[in-house]
Amino acid sequence: METKEFYLQKYGLDTLLDMYRRMVLIRDFEENIKILYQNSLATGAMHLSVGEEACAVGACFALEERDKFVTYHRGHGHNIAKGADVGRMVAELMARKDGLCKGRSGSMHIFDASIGALGAQGIVGAQVPIACGIAFSGKLRGLDYVTASFFGDGASNNGAFHEGMNMAAIMNLPVVFICINNGWAVTTPVTYSVKAESIAIRAKAYGMEGVVVDGCNVLEVRDAVGKAVEKARTGGGPTLIELKAYRWYGHYVGDDTSRYRNPDDEKQARDTMDPIKIYSQWLLSNGLCGESDLREMEAQAKQIIEDANEFAMNSEQPSIEDMYAETYYIPEGGDVSWLS
Amino acid sequence: MAVMTYAEAIRLAIREEMTKDPTLFMLGEDIGIRGGAFAVTTGLYKDFPNRIIDTPISENAIPAIAYGAAITGVKAIAEFMYADFSLLGIDHVINSAAKYRFMYGAQGTVPVVFRLPGGGGRQNGAQHSQCLEAMFSNIPGLKVVMPATPADAKGLLKAAINDYNPIAFIEHKAMYFDKGEVPEDPDYIVPIGKGVIRRAGTDITIVATAMNVTKSLKAAETLEQMGISAEVIDMRTIVPYDKELIFDSVKKTGRILVTHEAPTMYGIGGEIVAAVAKECFSYLDAPPQRVGSKFLPMPYNKTLETHVLPQIEDIVEAAKSAVEY
Ligand SMILES: Cc1ncc(C[n+]2csc(CCOP(=O)(O)OP(=O)(O)O)c2C)c(N)n1
Repeated sequence: METKEFYLQKYGLDTLLDMYRRMVLIRDFEENIKILYQNSLATGAMHLSVGEEACAVGACFALEERDKFVTYHRGHGHNIAKGADVGRMVAELMARKDGLCKGRSGSMHIFDASIGALGAQGIVGAQVPIACGIAFSGKLRGLDYVTASFFGDGASNNGAFHEGMNMAAIMNLPVVFICINNGWAVTTPVTYSVKAESIAIRAKAYGMEGVVVDGCNVLEVRDAVGKAVEKARTGGGPTLIELKAYRWYGHYVGDDTSRYRNPDDEKQARDTMDPIKIYSQWLLSNGLCGESDLREMEAQAKQIIEDANEFAMNSEQPSIEDMYAETYYIPEGGDVSWLS
Repeated sequence: MAVMTYAEAIRLAIREEMTKDPTLFMLGEDIGIRGGAFAVTTGLYKDFPNRIIDTPISENAIPAIAYGAAITGVKAIAEFMYADFSLLGIDHVINSAAKYRFMYGAQGTVPVVFRLPGGGGRQNGAQHSQCLEAMFSNIPGLKVVMPATPADAKGLLKAAINDYNPIAFIEHKAMYFDKGEVPEDPDYIVPIGKGVIRRAGTDITIVATAMNVTKSLKAAETLEQMGISAEVIDMRTIVPYDKELIFDSVKKTGRILVTHEAPTMYGIGGEIVAAVAKECFSYLDAPPQRVGSKFLPMPYNKTLETHVLPQIEDIVEAAKSAVEY
């Protein structure tokens, strides 16, 4: 950790407070989805990212507007951190017409071209090589955007990870690989699935730099990702960043963790690995804001969620006709009669 | 017109499109100096050194990179060395590219062509000879194209590159050195979704794909000597396919035979026969016929391979039995 002066100078007070706002917004969003799900207003499968807010905010605040990213099934926070419209996010999870993907993607496949969110992939590991393609296309056209690829610890054991990492390295692509190691892949602990001393150390085998970062400390995440983004943008190639965090809840809403996790360990992890508590204490202890400022920012987040719910609830059911018109790209006046 | 091989026609299409579009790129294994396993891309890397990209043996990453680039608006061609190897990267063909437009709410297009050298008859054995079009055709969101002549190889590939949809472009390995007249016009395309009558006839409609078009035309000559007039339709594209052309022909001939190199069982012939049975039921004078491979993996031994593959005589026999029904 650097000093308060360092961060004030580097990011400015407004941004430092915005980061807090966004982390709280992500947590509220996830808690809200949990309630919607429990009331059958959101359905399907919901993978919440509570405990990983610093990963999302630290990483996405290090990206520029023109930068792109791909994410995975636990990706709500990444979209929100990059600036997705929260109302349209809730509408998507409620499968409504005004959802970001017109109620067709659901939680695991959200896409928002307007913020460079080029897709959550429900296929574990697919994020790694796809990010290479997005990055390659920029390089080919002389554009200077950077592509972030988010995925979990579990994904790092899949073959796509190996191919994508190697390809990014040999092609020197402007990608930042961000592995959120939350300790678990469904019921499989990372201590079982990875024999290496870290996931980041695997980067070395690809001739790439790999770093392990405290994923509960938003400033450390931002510093590390910022450095990797800068390096990628200036032709230095890819980096693998392993962010260590803890998956507070079950794999999905409704998953009973007591089958495979010790409740005491869970409690201890939540006490010591709460990124919002850690950041608020840092802000307070450095005198960057007071308790009342925190409460005010938290109230703002609550309001955003309330408005989002209202927007989503008022949105209609999606159109059946659109599905036929939008499975293929069909030029004006093109034939769709064969699609039935 | 110029006479060239099927492989040269594909190369010409790629060259013309790369010349036209400065960001169209292609990636695959050994496609640079070696020109790919079947010398399709020979020489292209000299003219387009930054856009003919040799990759490591990474069948998952090849289509993933093509897909990732395509969703940012850059046209891409991904070559699988053999269609069989696409099974290692099928995730990005089926789960990424085919789903993109639908799943993400039509926020963009995926201009990507997956080139798949398929087919047997070269004693390449079970893991290097498959015809996988039925698998690809059952995936909404993908288009499936199977050229049967050098001219179509050029025209269909150019249409595919400019279609803005993910396309499984299935080439037949045993046809790469077949020669034919190919239009040199750089704007020549063969539209996706349209079949063609390769030979007109009145007694039976033979619907064929790729190599089996050639076999069907030879079968039609034998049938003619027997007094049977066969109409041979080259499907050209499987998804979508030219229903009207097939239905109109069957309404005229009253009989249908579908032939493809993939196994008959569960093959696309079943789909076509079902559609014909529904739309042309009252016109049919005989039960529909299907001629494909036996339901066996492809063997190495030549005699065994010949047994597994559909032969000209099989088409003749099936057509004859329909006409004599
Ligand atoms: C290729 C593939 N295999 C399996 C699954 C089922 N699945 C969904 S999430 C998951 C665990 C992923 O763990 P990790 O990558 O650590 O991410 P986390 O869920 O912990 O955030 C599994 C096995 C899948 N979606 N895709």
